[in-house]
Amino acid sequence: MDKLAAAARTTTASAFRSTLKRDLLIAFKKKNDVVNPFMFFIIVVSLFPIAISPEADRLSEIAAGVIWISVLLASMLSMDNLYRADYEDGSLEQLLMSPHPLYFMVLAKNLSHWLVSGLPVVLVSPLLAYMLSLPEQAYLPLMASLLIGTPILSLLGSIAVALTVGLGSRGLILAVITLPMSVPVLIFGTLSVQAALNNTSALGFLALMLAMLAAALSLAPLASAAALRITID
Amino acid sequence: MLAARQLFCERGERILFENLSFELLEGQVLQVRGSNGSGKTTLLRILCGLNDSYEGEISWYGNSLESQVADFFASLLYIGHRSGVSKVLTPLENLRWSCGLQQAVEDDQLVRALAEVGLRGYEESQCFTLSAGQQQRVAIARLIVNSTRLWVLDEPFTTLDARGVSQLEDLMQAHAASGGSVLVTTHHKLDIAALEVLSLG
Repeated sequence: MDKLAAAARTTTASAFRSTLKRDLLIAFKKKNDVVNPFMFFIIVVSLFPIAISPEADRLSEIAAGVIWISVLLASMLSMDNLYRADYEDGSLEQLLMSPHPLYFMVLAKNLSHWLVSGLPVVLVSPLLAYMLSLPEQAYLPLMASLLIGTPILSLLGSIAVALTVGLGSRGLILAVITLPMSVPVLIFGTLSVQAALNNTSALGFLALMLAMLAAALSLAPLASAAALRITID
Repeated sequence: MLAARQLFCERGERILFENLSFELLEGQVLQVRGSNGSGKTTLLRILCGLNDSYEGEISWYGNSLESQVADFFASLLYIGHRSGVSKVLTPLENLRWSCGLQQAVEDDQLVRALAEVGLRGYEESQCFTLSAGQQQRVAIARLIVNSTRLWVLDEPFTTLDARGVSQLEDLMQAHAASGGSVLVTTHHKLDIAALEVLSLG
């Protein structure tokens, strides 16, 4: 029995790190899953000037909305990668049977998902804002709202994916579950940019979004974890 | 170590098993036998805490399972139909994660385990280039690396060749001899000394 007792259990922190590392590695090896939603985002945004009008005045009015809607749609597209492959190859079962709190394991997966799908969007947003003739004073609020908003989208989407990952054909159900929860993010995201355009402070809206992020960070992984336990049955 | 009392489970109005009681002792290999659809996999998943649509009691070292989940999971190693091996990762990367969830592991320890299951030279190939049997061997390498008390193996022999089968039997035998327990479903006739059989359906 000595051999069996001697093994040192890993800490939750190192399990968190190793899960994060594994997911980033998988994302790196399956570049399509990461690049496709990102390209979709760029394409949707860049079609607006062509379809509506290249005039700076009209574009700058809709710029924030266009970028935020595209972010939302692209995040729908990328959500599926979160648990699908793990469900199919059985890794998800192993994750559920780890001796660590599932909350942190789910958080690690969500963080990895945001790093590969949300963060690039935040980084490229000034470029797209320039393309849509957004006035300069709105760049920072736009980036800040995306920086706060995209992790919320990842955390909320994770719940919906966790609920539906066991279903064979999901179709629209993912969007139907996620979109109502994401609308407040969309509203405050665009409002904070609008505030900057009207030369008022965007800080109030950003603070509200931060509060939403705090709530999502503390509650959404719990909901995802519970949903995963129901799905894997 | 693991005991079930009066287990009852039904799937879609059909009773899979009722009044099922058994106990798994330290140093025991328990083979769950039964025809297709008799609930072997369901029973194993119930015992592993993956499925909670059952009635009855499961206890781990005398106390109820719910009260010591983390402890139980730290002592459990489960290999199911889906082996938990990611196809895009290499065997080494797979083991780093799946073994690392339970205990701290070193790379050379993993490489040695992979060599032991006959995957020397495949450490850095992505798993989708490996055959089904080789992927199963990656999962089996976890049994060598992690030293957990309880192994729960669901049809572990299906894709293995004759050498793989006898090696896994040896591993199970050695595990039981050192005080561990194995719960296994298979239709294969096991060549193990301390074998107990539980028949379903």
